[in-house]
Amino acid sequence: MSAPPTALIAEDEPLLARALQTELARAWPALSVAATVGDGASAVAQALALRPDVLFFDIRMPGTGGLEAAAELADAWDPRTPFPALVFVTAYDQYAVQAFEAQAVDYVLKPVQAARLQKTVSKVQEVLAQRAQGAMNFEATVDQLRHLLGSVQAATAPPAAAGGPLRVIQASVGSTIRMVPVEEVSYFEAADKYVRVVTEGREYLIRTPLKELLPQLDAQVFWQVHRGTVVRAAAVDAVTRDEAGKLSLSLRGHAEKLAVSRLYAHLFKAM
Amino acid sequence: MRLLPGPVAAIRIDGIELLRHYLHTLAFCLAISAFLYFTSPEKPYEVPLVYSLCIGTVTWAIIDLGRHLFAPHRETGWPRGPGGLVLAMLGIVGGYFLGTFAADAWFGWSSWDQSPAQQRTSWIVTLLAGVAGSYYFYAQGRSNYLHGKMQEAERQAAEARLKLLETQLEPHMLFNTLANLRALIGADPAAAQEMLDRMIAYLRATLSASRGTLHPLAAEFGRLHDYLELMAVRMGPRLAYTLDLPPELAGQPVPTLLLQPLVENSIKHGLEPKVEGGRITVRARRDGSLLRLEVADTGVGIAAHDTGPAGDAPGGGFGQAQVRERLASTYGPRATLEFTAPAEGGTLTILTFPCSPP
Repeated sequence: MSAPPTALIAEDEPLLARALQTELARAWPALSVAATVGDGASAVAQALALRPDVLFFDIRMPGTGGLEAAAELADAWDPRTPFPALVFVTAYDQYAVQAFEAQAVDYVLKPVQAARLQKTVSKVQEVLAQRAQGAMNFEATVDQLRHLLGSVQAATAPPAAAGGPLRVIQASVGSTIRMVPVEEVSYFEAADKYVRVVTEGREYLIRTPLKELLPQLDAQVFWQVHRGTVVRAAAVDAVTRDEAGKLSLSLRGHAEKLAVSRLYAHLFKAM
Repeated sequence: MRLLPGPVAAIRIDGIELLRHYLHTLAFCLAISAFLYFTSPEKPYEVPLVYSLCIGTVTWAIIDLGRHLFAPHRETGWPRGPGGLVLAMLGIVGGYFLGTFAADAWFGWSSWDQSPAQQRTSWIVTLLAGVAGSYYFYAQGRSNYLHGKMQEAERQAAEARLKLLETQLEPHMLFNTLANLRALIGADPAAAQEMLDRMIAYLRATLSASRGTLHPLAAEFGRLHDYLELMAVRMGPRLAYTLDLPPELAGQPVPTLLLQPLVENSIKHGLEPKVEGGRITVRARRDGSLLRLEVADTGVGIAAHDTGPAGDAPGGGFGQAQVRERLASTYGPRATLEFTAPAEGGTLTILTFPCSPP
């Protein structure tokens, strides 16, 4: 290898970030830690700026968690350059650990044990060696991340209400409740503390978070296309790809375009 | 099994229970006939046997089937109010006449020709036996119901204790704390020892809290201090806290770890999701004859609270419900819990309950 490999550590507990760094120095002396950050948003920003070879992402961090941060990073990453090797760190998240096992994604458990870390380091070194020989891993990583997010969301989502999918959205407008039939909704978009419910002529705000709404919607009719966007597939007019390879949707009766996350790009293929 | 049309839309009758009642009735009838036989051994045993069986069967049928026509009381399975008495009397009178007719038919004679003294004896025996039998079944139904209720209450209490233990020994908290401890052992053994001591005190209090005892407010604040120190090691500068306990309130008894779930909620739902962290303030005040405890945080507030898996609802979920329950079971309606989201952000929970006399 030409330049020594670099790493980014995202861990919100300062002692644990330092401990991981110490253990890594022992297990992989050649690795240099480029930066240590304490939240998901900084992790994404630093990873894009520093382009490290390995990422150690804690699952639970303030704001954006490790899984979501990895998904955001994959979205913003330039696919022509190799994506860093991902290692998740968790104290106890049984759903996530099951998903890592199922997707063969590297992870280490806290407290970090030297022997277990050594194993992970060997695997990461293998991945980096393959990458040096030109093997592209990006599509595989995107697939893994989509499956991870899907299975963790499914495991932690509140059980869908009995009685089948939701038929109307009840949105309060002033002192009245508007009943909006779901087939009139073009898309849902998470906006800060609310979810925007956009129909062809109007727009409503509801308080139910998107991840609670999602299991109540008919998955055949409504597609998640981004972390914060769920679109009614029949409302999509055209899908276009820009020069960077990113997809965006134009909807019937709407001027604005919706970005499609790389994680969900597989939904849009010509028949 | 649907037997008789009645005022209750769907009458559900337990066949096994019916059979058991009938067998009890038959045993009762055999005892009566044996008693009658010994008091007047000049008659053949067949006579008291057939009469008591016939009268007993009719009485049982009227009462045990008839009670399903009323809306029975859940406690005893008997009709509410005077309905039960009327039914019992109906059963006894009906049993006497119909049973006597049936037995007369068996023997081919008529009892109504007997001397008034003999008829009176039969009447009294039927009445006494009917009242005793009815009371027996009434008491049995009631005791079964109470026994069931007691078992249910015990099961619920055990479940609540287990759930409390599970939330306080939350694995994520436990393993993260252990990871920090492991890191400290190498870097700063003295700090590691202090952290371990705090963890031991916290675990000890958690285990005794699940057994439901009282301890002085000073001990409550002591355990909160342990917990917050553990969290402060983990969260570093993202967690600041103030514990404010006036010395004159230090001795007030409170349920063990009453406030702990509220402080934990403030950290988990308020400060942990907030990148810059925040402050937790726990305050005790005397308000006339009431003790007022406040837990405040400067976290993300309720509107943005994450709603996790079931029971982890915004604003506390299980933790808050459990505090409410413990307050209610210790102080009854004189205790209040108020959860608010102040305009300046974060959350504020206020508990009030009677001070104990100094």
